[in-house]
Amino acid sequence: MDWITIISTTVKSAIGVETVLYALAAIGINIHFGYTGLLNFGQAAFMGVAGYGLAVTVTVLNLPFWIGIAVGLIAAVLLALLLGAPTLRLRADYLAIVTIAAAEIVRLVFRSVKFKEVFGGSDGQRGFSDGFYALNPFPEGEYGIGWFTFSHRLLWIMLVGWVLVAISCGIVYLLMRSPWGRVLKAIREDEDAVRSLGKNVFSYKMQSLILGGVIGSLGGFVYGLAYASVQPDVFGTETTFFAYTIVILGGAARVLGPVVGSMIFWVLLVLVNGVLSEAVQAGYIPFMTSIQVGPVRYILVGLGLILLLIFRPQGIFGDKREIAFDVR
Amino acid sequence: MSAETTAANTVSERKAAALAAFKDLARDPGVPKPDPILVVDGVVRRFGGLTAVEVDHVEIQRGSITALIGPNGAGKTTFFNQLTGFDTADAGKWTFNGNNMSGVPAHRVARAGMVRTFQLTKALSRLTVMENMRLGAQHQRGENFWRALVPGSWRAQEDAITEQAEDLLARFKLDAKREDFAGSLSGGQRKLLEMARALMVKPELVMLDEPMAGVNPALTQSLLGHVKDLRDQGMTVLFVEHDMDMVRDISDWVIVMAQGAIIAEGPPDTIMSDSRVIDAYLGAHHDAPLSDSELQEQLHQAEAALEAEIEEETQK
Ligand SMILES: Nc1ncnc2c1ncn2[C@@H]1O[C@H](COP(=O)(O)OP(=O)(O)OP(=O)(O)O)[C@@H](O)[C@H]1O
Ligand SMILES: [Mg+2]
Repeated sequence: MDWITIISTTVKSAIGVETVLYALAAIGINIHFGYTGLLNFGQAAFMGVAGYGLAVTVTVLNLPFWIGIAVGLIAAVLLALLLGAPTLRLRADYLAIVTIAAAEIVRLVFRSVKFKEVFGGSDGQRGFSDGFYALNPFPEGEYGIGWFTFSHRLLWIMLVGWVLVAISCGIVYLLMRSPWGRVLKAIREDEDAVRSLGKNVFSYKMQSLILGGVIGSLGGFVYGLAYASVQPDVFGTETTFFAYTIVILGGAARVLGPVVGSMIFWVLLVLVNGVLSEAVQAGYIPFMTSIQVGPVRYILVGLGLILLLIFRPQGIFGDKREIAFDVR
Repeated sequence: MSAETTAANTVSERKAAALAAFKDLARDPGVPKPDPILVVDGVVRRFGGLTAVEVDHVEIQRGSITALIGPNGAGKTTFFNQLTGFDTADAGKWTFNGNNMSGVPAHRVARAGMVRTFQLTKALSRLTVMENMRLGAQHQRGENFWRALVPGSWRAQEDAITEQAEDLLARFKLDAKREDFAGSLSGGQRKLLEMARALMVKPELVMLDEPMAGVNPALTQSLLGHVKDLRDQGMTVLFVEHDMDMVRDISDWVIVMAQGAIIAEGPPDTIMSDSRVIDAYLGAHHDAPLSDSELQEQLHQAEAALEAEIEEETQK
């Protein structure tokens, strides 16, 4: 078995592009679900409208990179307003239903034949990342030591991605220690109590939805720029559920929970994948083919999560005291 | 010493003023008060075929403690919900300090100075007692998204709020619990916390829905003291309560509700002898005295019924 490959891919995945973009998506979900108690099951749509906003602005409209970023961000804000306006006054489950349906609608519109000219159908869009890589301060080449190396392109997007993660965590840290964050946490506990104390609950829920959506949309940009392309099926519901898994793994309502959760999630997936594929190739597991490795790693990681929820339900960083009482 | 006597004087003044206001009032439902803070007209709330609230007219006197009593299901909580914007009335208008409050959303009602607590306590479990308290303060700069990002812009105000909260917590004997999660408090302590939190809003009218339910008698005494304090600080209190001893002890005026309507009003010491109130609580005709012959007849009927039953059993 090629242990060097297994170890190198695993270690790199701890700080890789996937980890970054899912950390961003999960930071957004943590604001929604962990702090405010909003069930947004459409995080993938926020990432999608951002990625496609950038792609379409640059490739179809031939506008510069920065305008593409602005369009993506505005699209994320509009999506939040659109989803929140009819549902945030209703019970929590309505938002869940509407967001999961809206995310599917967004994905199906992106992949539809009718809008192929604009969104590129199921192939998606590519060729919009040149403006980003033109800003790359690293000269062409490989960076790192031994097997721990990254190309100049990868290094650039990882650097930008981690800066975005750091800024997002900083914002969450500041907000959740402020009276604004206190109102959010109180809404998570009991909306009516918060209303009776003179706070406009609807407005705060909307602000939370927008903020978490916009931070999640940064993950959409990171995806598009790292792979120099966007495809509709990347932004499926699976992506949203991975983000939820990551939040719960790291510990909900903890500033660094989503980041550590994302690192653990991807390290586990890559490690299990590496070990299984090598073992299958070397003939150690005769009853498995290499095609089965993909699904089986999810089964194993899922099993790990179940065990985690049984033995450490508050997640890695969570406070055991907090889940001790029934919220309702 | 002198400060204490003046304090005692204003206290007795406030109570005396409240009692004087009610002195010559009629006992009719909806009787006008000399200086009402809350005036309600024609509020109706129906749930399907059930009319839960149907209040023609009622006024709450400023600076007094008014009790709202009535049997279970009379509509007291539903009435509270209409007035405070937690539910939408089918009809009706009400004014608070002369300002229209019908159709105003709950958070604006609270901001206007009309704050309520809930029959089923709503402690914010996973917030500490202190955070619960701080949440009640109004006009917080740090509750604005952008200013929240700059701690320097709200720190000073937060410190002032904390100080105010500490005072209230000490008064409600919760100061030892300030860093505990509210979810870890006992039922009675949660009632205390909810009341203290409502006071952080600095309301003019406090509406308490069964503030003493589930509170142990020792604590009840101190709670009663707090409620009287509220009046002595110039607030108006409207509270729902089932325990008549308590109502007699602290209220200046009592309003009685039954089947959605206000059926009587009056001072606490005489209201329970009002025939309308007795009817409402015990059902009409309960007090029609039974003559001896009637009693005998009832006894015979019961015996006959019993015998018939035994007969049936043995025949089987
Ligand atoms: N949401 C609702 N849907 C249907 N019926 C309701 C609803 N809320 C209250 N009711 C009905 O309205 C009536 C009044 O209820 P309410 O809770 O106001 O009584 P209450 O006077 O507060 O009683 P208690 O002293 O037991 O608290 C009851 O008959 C109740 O069944
Ligand atoms: Mg009630």
